[in-house]
Amino acid sequence: MNPRLARWLVNGALLGCAAVAVLPLLWMLSVSFMAPGEASSLPPPLLPTHPTLGNYRELFAHAGMGRYALNSLLISSAIALLALVCNLMAGYAFAKLRFVGRERLFQALIGALVIPAQVAMLPLFLLLKYAGLVNSYAGVIVPGMASIFGIYLVRQFARSLPDELLEAARIDGAGEWRIFVQIVLPLLKPIMVTLTIFTFLAAWNDFMWPLIELTGQEHYTLPLALASLAREHSEDSELMMAGSVVTVLPVLLLFLALQRHYLQGLLLGSVKG
Amino acid sequence: MNRSRTAWLFLTPALLVLGVFFVLPVIGALGLSLTDYDLYALADIHNLRFVGLHNYWALLQRPLFWSALGHTFYFVAAGVPLSIGASLGTALLLNSPLARMKPLFRTVLFAPVVTTAVAVAVIWRYLFNTKYGLVNSALAGLGLHPVDWLGDPHWAMPTIIAFAVWKNFGYNMIIFLAGLQAIPAELYEAARIDGASAPRQFWHITLPMLKPTMVMVMVLTVAGYFQLFAEPYVMTEGGPLQSTMSVLYLMYEDGFKWWNLGVASAVAFLLFGIIFVITVLLLRLTRRGEPA
Repeated sequence: MNPRLARWLVNGALLGCAAVAVLPLLWMLSVSFMAPGEASSLPPPLLPTHPTLGNYRELFAHAGMGRYALNSLLISSAIALLALVCNLMAGYAFAKLRFVGRERLFQALIGALVIPAQVAMLPLFLLLKYAGLVNSYAGVIVPGMASIFGIYLVRQFARSLPDELLEAARIDGAGEWRIFVQIVLPLLKPIMVTLTIFTFLAAWNDFMWPLIELTGQEHYTLPLALASLAREHSEDSELMMAGSVVTVLPVLLLFLALQRHYLQGLLLGSVKG
Repeated sequence: MNRSRTAWLFLTPALLVLGVFFVLPVIGALGLSLTDYDLYALADIHNLRFVGLHNYWALLQRPLFWSALGHTFYFVAAGVPLSIGASLGTALLLNSPLARMKPLFRTVLFAPVVTTAVAVAVIWRYLFNTKYGLVNSALAGLGLHPVDWLGDPHWAMPTIIAFAVWKNFGYNMIIFLAGLQAIPAELYEAARIDGASAPRQFWHITLPMLKPTMVMVMVLTVAGYFQLFAEPYVMTEGGPLQSTMSVLYLMYEDGFKWWNLGVASAVAFLLFGIIFVITVLLLRLTRRGEPA
């Protein structure tokens, strides 16, 4: 084939795919600035005639969007932070500390990955109900405090730490905890960033468990609020698009800022031995 | 030994969380699926009765379960190949030496993956609106009749499949891209010297070298697609005429709308069983013909 034609074809196809990927998001942004009812005219407009922030004002002033955004932020941050601590410690232990049954326990955890999380949801709901945690932030947070995927990610990364370094510290008389905090943690910084953004994004976007656990609107996260708005206000496309922007934009920006770490984690977590 | 004790101390928080909030509930779900746990038992646990395999037996005779299972299989059987095809196609494009601005394209193509499923499902609901949606107005521009995408039982599932592919293909694209970059360039050079065309190179070098990646991607994607829930919940509420009711949607409705937690647990376990069997089958099939 003619090399110039081939270059055109490859880049044209990429451009087409990129357009399909991003146009719905751009359309969301555009409609969110339209006046109420404007998007429901024929032919459907692509850009607002008089851009307005009215939909956003309506969302935050009357639909409680500020509260839902705070809920999302609080829950996702708590899960990301707590999961970071638990997964770092466990992943490091699986990678670098010797104990009887280490490989077998790790294999069992990996095997448990085939169990869909939803299988646990019904009894988990009952467990939390008897513990009085249904419809509380804690109820959404506690099951997310550790994850097999997170432990796996940390273990894969921590295995490359040099054993000599740890042995030297032990010979110098450093305790295991001190070794972990002063020597290991600084070396694990890249995976800490990766794990945090991964967990945060997953928690922010999570839908099914919060839907089950949070029965009262005052605790709703953004996806729950949006889903319930969509059922009540299905006609107000401009308002709904503003709500979608508020929900999507934070995670999209976070990803753009830290995408190198995110993609690295994706690859580290997918290369199974 | 001291060091072994330290190791267990390091493991305790994570294992405690996973044990109490995952392992225990999974075992509990198995137990629950053998009972008639319902609204009455929720009010007073003394109303609980052991019913053996009755929930499973009843499910197998329930038309709604079979139709939910059928819709889920439809979603997986159409969605997974389309999704993997899109991932591989875009990965090949990004890996081409002719492609320009690769980091930018990679970011844009990946963006839908990190978006919130509920929020983008809402966008699609409006894009595919019968009267004011951009999709139908584009069809009209081509002289085609409008389609009632989410209101027609024949079109609702294909629309959800298109949405899922759009939302997810970037994830596997990144994995394929890494797989493609790991293929040694010498293989292609040797093939070129032997006069192999581009399609033949793809068939005899790229695909075989990608096989381990492909198997892993397939297993993970199939398992993920069986867990269809948020998309129909937001886009169609399981309708029209329950044509987008998935197995997990059924579990959600049985469990948390009608409070039949025993029945819902049986649904969850059947879904788990199906995913497990299919995963094993996929691994078996793809390992056949390989040197042991």
